[in-house]
Amino acid sequence: METAYIEVQKLSKTYSAKNGTVEALKEISLSIPQNEIFGIIGLSGAGKSTLVRCLNLLEKPDSGTVIINGEDLLTLSKEQLRIRRQKIGMIFQHFNLLEQQTVLENVCFPLEIRGIPVKQRKEKALQLLKQVGLEDKAKAYPSQLSGGQKQRVAIARVLANDPDILLCDEATSALDPETTKIILNLLKEIHDTMGITIVIITHEMKVIQEICTQMAVLHKGSLQECGSAEEILKNPKSKAAKRLLMIKETEEETDYVG
Amino acid sequence: MPNLGIDVLFKGTNFLRLLEGLWVAVRISLISVAISIALGLVMGMLMTSKNKILKMILRLYLEIVRIMPQMVLLFVVYFGTTRVFGWNLSAEYSAIIVFSFWGVAEMGDLVRGALISIPKIQYESAQALGMTQPMTYLYVILPQAVRRLIPLSINLITRMIKTTSLVMMIGIVEVLKVAQQIIEANRRTSPNAVFGVFAVVFLLYFLICWPISKLAGYLEKRWA
Ligand SMILES: Nc1ncnc2c1ncn2[C@@H]1O[C@H](COP(=O)(O)OP(=O)(O)OP(=O)(O)O)[C@@H](O)[C@H]1O
Ligand SMILES: [Mg+2]
Repeated sequence: METAYIEVQKLSKTYSAKNGTVEALKEISLSIPQNEIFGIIGLSGAGKSTLVRCLNLLEKPDSGTVIINGEDLLTLSKEQLRIRRQKIGMIFQHFNLLEQQTVLENVCFPLEIRGIPVKQRKEKALQLLKQVGLEDKAKAYPSQLSGGQKQRVAIARVLANDPDILLCDEATSALDPETTKIILNLLKEIHDTMGITIVIITHEMKVIQEICTQMAVLHKGSLQECGSAEEILKNPKSKAAKRLLMIKETEEETDYVG
Repeated sequence: MPNLGIDVLFKGTNFLRLLEGLWVAVRISLISVAISIALGLVMGMLMTSKNKILKMILRLYLEIVRIMPQMVLLFVVYFGTTRVFGWNLSAEYSAIIVFSFWGVAEMGDLVRGALISIPKIQYESAQALGMTQPMTYLYVILPQAVRRLIPLSINLITRMIKTTSLVMMIGIVEVLKVAQQIIEANRRTSPNAVFGVFAVVFLLYFLICWPISKLAGYLEKRWA
């Protein structure tokens, strides 16, 4: 029996908007074992982003607990949480690089924040850029890079903190299928060589199929199904999972015709 | 060719007096601009705060500044304070107070606009990297905000410099006033001086404001 690395218990979050309230998360409980690539899938508005943002408490849940490696994040002080967050890397759909700084400076940035001396910073950043295959772009600015390259810089930047967890919120949604594959392969390689637990949020079954070992299906704020990705892809039980798989099949058919 | 009367400028110390007047105007602008930038930054940050009452007060301040003509404000401060409080505020100080009162509000609104134009996700990705609030502002938010801010604030600064010509109305020795005096003094000998002298005044303002507005345009294009 694997022990849970990330343990979420009865997590609920309700947003109040102008026209009523939205229950973004309804008593979600799930556990993510260490060293797994865990996929969370659901349609738009299912609550995926909200769930993943609760994992590093960018969003404060209304109730429930988030336990990472035995530590209840909600009991941490502001400062403790800040330090813990440095080890929970997060990458986003739109990369969020510092546009006025070069690729190298972007990767050095988290190290600078931690007060690492300049020489070590540079060494480490260059090595990370090499790892993501962008050592020749060190002096370039983000605006001179393609989407896939920007995401690789974002990955190198997040790795600079030596995270034990990597959260990816639609990290490949702004990219074409080819580039998506390259990024997913890179994530897999990082997982295999560095032993980082990865949580991937997506609305595409393809992404899950490509690299996830376990998965959860979210629909309108509720957890529908959770378990081995292989199992669920082969034999989905919940309606939501079946529907998501169907979307994928029709997409593949159109791919074939086109 | 008709006599434009520019020659009166070269009589005695006329031109020098004109330049001195210009310097008073520039000095008023520079001091007001410095105050506006410093306090405007603070005001802008306060305007993005979550405190509703504070926001409403600042909003009200901005609206008052926008609705009241600067000249009315000048008169209120210069003549009003003397009457009501018995202070003897110099004309130059009055002008600086009025221009700063105006500049801080406008600058604050520009800063507010620049700050809220930074997407929320920028704050969040900084937080996710484990940065403190001050670090987030210093390294992530302000550099991006300043870029958007510079062209807009240069624009405001040019407007402020131009508007200093209003202070003539409360009688500070200033370009336009000197120009007026020169014209009056030479009315008999050089009746056309009104064109020449004002043309030169126009040129002086143009020479100051034009490079600044060019710079604003250039920065706006480069950083858009
Ligand atoms: N800050 C907020 N204020 C109000 N409602 C919100 C907020 N954030 C999310 N919601 C609502 O919560 C629900 C879940 O949103 P969430 O962003 O988690 O969905 P998602 O699964 O990530 O969707 P997508 O695939 O479109 O990114 C949605 O109905 C959304 O409108
Ligand atoms: Mg989302």
